[in-house]
Amino acid sequence: MTAPWSAGEEPQVYPIARSGDVVHIRQAIRALSQQCRLSLVDQTKMITAASELARNTLTYGGGGTVSAGMVSVDGRRGVAAVFEDSGPGISDVEQAMTDGWTSGGGLGLGLSGARRLVDDFQLRTAPGEGTAVTIIKWVR
Amino acid sequence: MTERIPILRIGKTLVVSVQFDLEDQTVLNLQEDLAEQIVAKSAQGVIIDISALEIVDSFVGRMLATVAAISRVLDARTVVVGMRPAVAITLVELGLSLGGVSTALDLEKGLAKLSRPTSSALR
Ligand SMILES: Nc1ncnc2c1ncn2[C@@H]1O[C@H](COP(=O)(O)OP(=O)(O)OP(=O)(O)O)[C@@H](O)[C@H]1O
Ligand SMILES: [Mg+2]
Repeated sequence: MTAPWSAGEEPQVYPIARSGDVVHIRQAIRALSQQCRLSLVDQTKMITAASELARNTLTYGGGGTVSAGMVSVDGRRGVAAVFEDSGPGISDVEQAMTDGWTSGGGLGLGLSGARRLVDDFQLRTAPGEGTAVTIIKWVR
Repeated sequence: MTERIPILRIGKTLVVSVQFDLEDQTVLNLQEDLAEQIVAKSAQGVIIDISALEIVDSFVGRMLATVAAISRVLDARTVVVGMRPAVAITLVELGLSLGGVSTALDLEKGLAKLSRPTSSALR
């Protein structure tokens, strides 16, 4: 995974081990999005995407971490978050990214919906090795 | 540990105001408590005020849809009030249409909607 962080912008790492951690991550992403001056709608989209991915990390990945921080590339600024776990991985990524597909009792909207809500979305996974999802929302 | 959101009763209507960002288990508790209270209080309507919520993700969205469906089965109607515009935009893009969920702009309009005959209140 190519880390999105630019020099001098160290991300914070948060654990995703209990359901309360998902609430903390929403708050951390909200704080970052405000700091970065994302528009209100973009803040809402970024926090919602992060909430979906954090819950997936907990539910399917067996827990993990999220690294979150600001990024700047070519004068553009944004908020990035990388969700990582060393769970079972996703064997069929295309299927998992399909609207409405769930292996559990969900709505199957987390991954596909999160991708629509952010500007950059990258999913890396290998069966038995875990899953890493990177999302970025850029300031317009 | 497991938090519970208070459910108020005004006549035959149950009113819930979600005041802070909820943990998943609290969301599930609310869903169960509402189903129980609809029967226990013979409620005809449920109002869920989410005006304080800065985000609604698929988990909370599913709870709203489930409560609406449960209340229909129990011969009551649910109206979700106060959804912020940014939340509505985000929910649609996420892919949650909340088709079966009746909404109103605020508590007052929600109560008015519940006091109208069934057919129009479901629109
Ligand atoms: N971190 C992960 N590790 C392993 N499998 C995952 C992971 N994230 C998602 N998946 C798989 O991808 C499927 C689709 O995920 P998605 O978030 O889109 O839907 P869901 O979680 O099942 O339902 P929803 O998020 O709508 O409640 C999941 O059911 C699961 O099988
Ligand atoms: Mg999910």
